[in-house]
Amino acid sequence: MGVSVDTDTDFIELDGVEKVFDVRRRTGFLRSERREVRAVDGISFRVGRGEMVGYIGPNGAGKSTTIKMLTGILTPSAGSLRVAGIDPSRERTRLAQRIGVVFGQRTTLWWDLPLRDSYRLMHRMYRIPDDRFRVNMDRCIELLDLAELLDVPVRQLSLGQRMRGDIAAALLHDPEVLYLDEPTIGLDVVSKAKVRGFLRDLNAERGTTVLLTTHDLTDIEQLCKRVMVIDHGRLMYDGALAGLHEVGESERMLVVDLERELPPIVLESEHSVRTVKVEGVRQWLAFPASASAAPLVARIAAEYPLVDLSVREPDIEAVIAKMYASASGL
Amino acid sequence: MAESVESVDVAVREEPGAVFVPRSRVVEGVRAYGLIVAMWLRSTMAYRTSFVLTTFGNFAATAFDFVAILLMFSHVDVLGGYTLPEIALLYGSAGTAFGLADLLMGSMDRLGRRVRDGTLDTLLVRPVPVLAQVAADRFALRRLGRVSQGALVLGYALVTLDIDWTVAKVLMVPLMLLSGAAIFAAVFVAGAAFQFVAQDASQVQNSFTYGGATLLQYPPTVFATDLVRGVTFVIPLAFVNWLPALYVLGRDYPLGLPDWVAFLPPLVAGACWAVAGLAWRAGLRAYRSTGS
Repeated sequence: MGVSVDTDTDFIELDGVEKVFDVRRRTGFLRSERREVRAVDGISFRVGRGEMVGYIGPNGAGKSTTIKMLTGILTPSAGSLRVAGIDPSRERTRLAQRIGVVFGQRTTLWWDLPLRDSYRLMHRMYRIPDDRFRVNMDRCIELLDLAELLDVPVRQLSLGQRMRGDIAAALLHDPEVLYLDEPTIGLDVVSKAKVRGFLRDLNAERGTTVLLTTHDLTDIEQLCKRVMVIDHGRLMYDGALAGLHEVGESERMLVVDLERELPPIVLESEHSVRTVKVEGVRQWLAFPASASAAPLVARIAAEYPLVDLSVREPDIEAVIAKMYASASGL
Repeated sequence: MAESVESVDVAVREEPGAVFVPRSRVVEGVRAYGLIVAMWLRSTMAYRTSFVLTTFGNFAATAFDFVAILLMFSHVDVLGGYTLPEIALLYGSAGTAFGLADLLMGSMDRLGRRVRDGTLDTLLVRPVPVLAQVAADRFALRRLGRVSQGALVLGYALVTLDIDWTVAKVLMVPLMLLSGAAIFAAVFVAGAAFQFVAQDASQVQNSFTYGGATLLQYPPTVFATDLVRGVTFVIPLAFVNWLPALYVLGRDYPLGLPDWVAFLPPLVAGACWAVAGLAWRAGLRAYRSTGS
């Protein structure tokens, strides 16, 4: 478990980072109850320069809190945190020059003004050299299809258009790392594809380090080699996407169509194979994701009147759900 | 987006992220404030008619306020021992000072909403001070309406009043307006800082800013001594215009204060800014440790 990273190029470093909130709940007119919430509970990881990492977990797991600490918005309660060698909470404005942030739920653009005005202001605010600004702007306009939108006030943009506008705004100053908090939330299929394609190119061509949180596992499948899973403020998994299946003890499904209705298939000596469902001539057999389907298919073909078959890959969502379930059962 | 941007500053450019040149936060803040205000002005000027109408509306709304005082003086000759031109001096100076502060810092009272809806976070990831971004947000030039109304009443007072002008009294007028605006601005900042903790407190802030400005439009003699004491020593609003204006008028000070207090407003403004700045920092720090 874990992806080996050359320590020389560690760009983001977290060591035992915690964030504890004091939540006050009003119980009477003046009385209130204090409760400690450990939003992030001792997280350590490293991300190398140029990596593209998915950061996933259920609502309230601590994803956004982590991003807020990485950008310097929130100060960690404990542990150490470095981005490009900078302590984000101490040197927030200095770090801001080197990072780009996209919040899926809220825009960093000026709501009442046309996109063009927001970009103009970014140009001055980040002190972006004119030639660099022009190159980056032209690139974003082309790849994110912004030409038609530049004179439209942000509030009139659709969610997908606004998201593209936001991503452009986050990249005009050539940040070394881009944080995306739910960048595809609420987008239609076409917009999602456009955003993913852009991010993939950005990472490949410019070597921009990308850390993205998402609910949409397709984002991770299509973009990230490495995935980190967080729940209850703890890192549950950090490694390749494929390895997630093994950790989650996931199963693949062999779906077979037989010539006629038969009782559930039983294969002697194959204890890891279970027939989970029978529906007329069709039967579903679950087997470990790590095992090969070939010998299994051969045996069924030898012992049963096989007409057709297909193999279904495990659903990552189910894998993660299983991981959560087994973790909370401990 | 190829055309170059109209330049409003001549700041030195450097490669972002390459070399970090430490700059004074005040200089950075003022620069950022200027950039954002320039953007809002450009956007306001895209709708000139709307701008003219809202500015006039702003002017008229505040002007009716003074009409009420004129009506009052159609029945009485003096109010709390003060004549109409004397009241006009107090009214005009408070109105102008408050109008200036409102023009420059009036957006601060939106901080609570920004904290509640989480949009403050988007300001925290930018490389410029948050205070400047909040203060310059939605800069509304129409608030000039209030400033010009105050200035008109003040002008009327200065022309009508029979004052024995000395150099000190002449200098006192601009000193009073600038220090007064600075004191009100500090109150705006302190009020916003309080909203980090209590996000629904914008009405509390309004009671000090708008409420304070209304209070100062009348002479101290019409109020109870305890209230006068409060706005002198607790929230030093009396230094906005009461004390300097009474000096210009050659009137007795409230609470038996000595003559020289009329020259304190710049110092009081400085102290207010120091306190407001500390409050702001504390508020922002609290926000960054709680995130709510």
